[in-house]
Amino acid sequence: MEIKNEELSPAQTRHLANKKLGFKMLWIVAGSLLFAFALVPLYDVLCTITGLNGKTVTTASQLENAKVDETRWVTIQFTSSVMPGLGWNFYPKQASIKVRPGQVETVLFEAKNITSQVVAGQAIPSVSPGQAAAHLKKIECFCFQRQELKAGETKLMPLRFFVSNDLPVDVKEMTLSYAFFKSKD
Amino acid sequence: MSTTTVAHHDEHADHPTGIMRWLTTTNHKDIGTMYLTFSLIMFLVGGAMILGIRAELFQPGLQLMKPDFYNQLIGVHALIMIFAALMPAATGFANWMIPLQIGAPDMALPRLNNWGFWLLPPSAILLTLPFTLALFGIGDGAMATGWTFYPPLSVQGGFGVDFAIFAVHLLGISSVLGSINIIVTLFNMRAPGMTLMKMPMFAWGWLITAFLLIATIPVLAGAVTMLLTDRHFGTHFFDAAGGGDPILFQHLFWFFGHPEVYILLLPVWGFIPQILQTFSRKPMYGYKAQVYSLWAIGALAVVVWAHHFFTAGLPVPALLYFMYSTMAISLPLAVLFFCWIKTMWRGSMSFETPMLFTVGWIILFGIGGLTGLVLADVAADAQYHNSYFVVAHFHYTLFAGGIMGIMAGVYYWLPKMTGHMYNETLGKWHFWLTAISFNLTFIPQFFLGLAGMPRRIPDYALQFAEFNAISSVAAFVLGLSQLLFVYNIISTVKGGKKATDQVWEGAEGLEWTLSSPPPYHSFSEQPVIK
Repeated sequence: MEIKNEELSPAQTRHLANKKLGFKMLWIVAGSLLFAFALVPLYDVLCTITGLNGKTVTTASQLENAKVDETRWVTIQFTSSVMPGLGWNFYPKQASIKVRPGQVETVLFEAKNITSQVVAGQAIPSVSPGQAAAHLKKIECFCFQRQELKAGETKLMPLRFFVSNDLPVDVKEMTLSYAFFKSKD
Repeated sequence: MSTTTVAHHDEHADHPTGIMRWLTTTNHKDIGTMYLTFSLIMFLVGGAMILGIRAELFQPGLQLMKPDFYNQLIGVHALIMIFAALMPAATGFANWMIPLQIGAPDMALPRLNNWGFWLLPPSAILLTLPFTLALFGIGDGAMATGWTFYPPLSVQGGFGVDFAIFAVHLLGISSVLGSINIIVTLFNMRAPGMTLMKMPMFAWGWLITAFLLIATIPVLAGAVTMLLTDRHFGTHFFDAAGGGDPILFQHLFWFFGHPEVYILLLPVWGFIPQILQTFSRKPMYGYKAQVYSLWAIGALAVVVWAHHFFTAGLPVPALLYFMYSTMAISLPLAVLFFCWIKTMWRGSMSFETPMLFTVGWIILFGIGGLTGLVLADVAADAQYHNSYFVVAHFHYTLFAGGIMGIMAGVYYWLPKMTGHMYNETLGKWHFWLTAISFNLTFIPQFFLGLAGMPRRIPDYALQFAEFNAISSVAAFVLGLSQLLFVYNIISTVKGGKKATDQVWEGAEGLEWTLSSPPPYHSFSEQPVIK
């Protein structure tokens, strides 16, 4: 639709200009709405790269043939929690262990289904301090897939891991925490 | 076009009368009046809620309400005060004064303006309806998560959360529409000769506010929408079991939430210098410095959000970044403070009620700012986070810095808007009662916070009893003194001494060249600024 400016009164011209600028502003609104949703994947990527929030890699790491660093010890503490809705007991079998960077260790967690039904759960790990999360490499973990327990069943759940050699030297202790959620499906 | 013909009627406005006038109006003064009235009503509603809280906290133990109801009250109090009292008050002033100050006949998008206002009452109803429904045994009341909607609590909560989510959607749409209208008005409707750098400071404050609003409100809308789908449609944005992250919500929320603080304050920083120059009878000091400082604060506002959750487990480099960037805000803010003080310096000052509120505002808002610096310190925040120290701090910024600023504006412009002078003695009583009882309410809360009393808990340990009792009594005095304010406004609207066009001896600006009250349609012929 062609409207020539000279056919319009000044008030009409201004009315059109106002409308035009108003719609332009809507683009900013749309942009920031998009930005909000874009933050979801962006945040995930950022967390995986930087270990922000103590997110660990959720797939198995390859064993590196790096040498064991005999010069320092790293203490790893284990904690566990069971989220509401999951009728399990869940504990680490050991409160903490001392490892050399590069050395593969296996630790055990014990889960018991205290309900009278088959229940599936999913463990979500978190490492503190966050900067250490990327250096805790898991070779095998019960958290990689959901776990199913029959009524009253007790199961020992293994975790095989090592701490990579490039862990910053000032990190002497880290805490690995597992929260067991009721599996959604 | 109808608008052009109507604009020539001047005094004899041919608008419908009665309720239809208010429902259908596109007049900026009518809409401004509706915003301000709505804001005043919601201010009283939100205040009544918090008096319930203070009554419960008067003594340790649980006397008046169940903890769940307590939690509902604090969250809804905050949402009402922020979205339904402070923001509409600022928008009301914008509607009333921006066209008058820049010599425009009306706002740029009058129909949008009407719609922007009429979204507010339904959202206020949405926010408070769950309380009423609970009385009839439907549902378990309003949302009990605090105004921040943090998951997983907000994912588990009852339907009060859904009501609040939809209320926030409506309030957000309303603010975005209002902001677009203000931006377009300021860019397209200024009187010939009024360049951007000649705009009144209030217009500048609102321009930056409006840009902050349209950039951040959609992020809040997105975040609460994700919450809604997490609650009802099986998504896992914030659910760790499904691969989501509750901390993500805190990032999204505060990406909106921190700029929101400046959204509430920037309009006030706009008209405070105007009040200062009026009652100091000399031009405002450092106009350019103030404009640049407002921009600097607006820009910094969107990059400091994570200081609201220092204790959520952020990596050290992030903590340091957010700490230093937060503290950096105090630099442009200090420039503003010095400009305000220098405007008064050696002025021929007089202390009518608007000036009393303004000077009191500078001091109390200063305390709010300085205690904010304490909280910005990561090491100190670890202790003060979620304590009453935070509560006292943000009430110094939002009650003193926000609402007392708005009150200064009300007393300043009320004679212009109504054509009558308010009762000066009552105004002064209102100021002194408000200022004293406000301090008596919140200074004890600083000490309570330092001693370790957590916020959002209906009960407390015995050693906190005295300070809480003082705070509660003072809060009731503070609440009741606001009735003086309401009475003063109503009696000024009804009648009183006739106000002159200039109203205040030192008042300068286009709005003071019009009659008091201004004609229904003003500036049909735009003035030319030299």
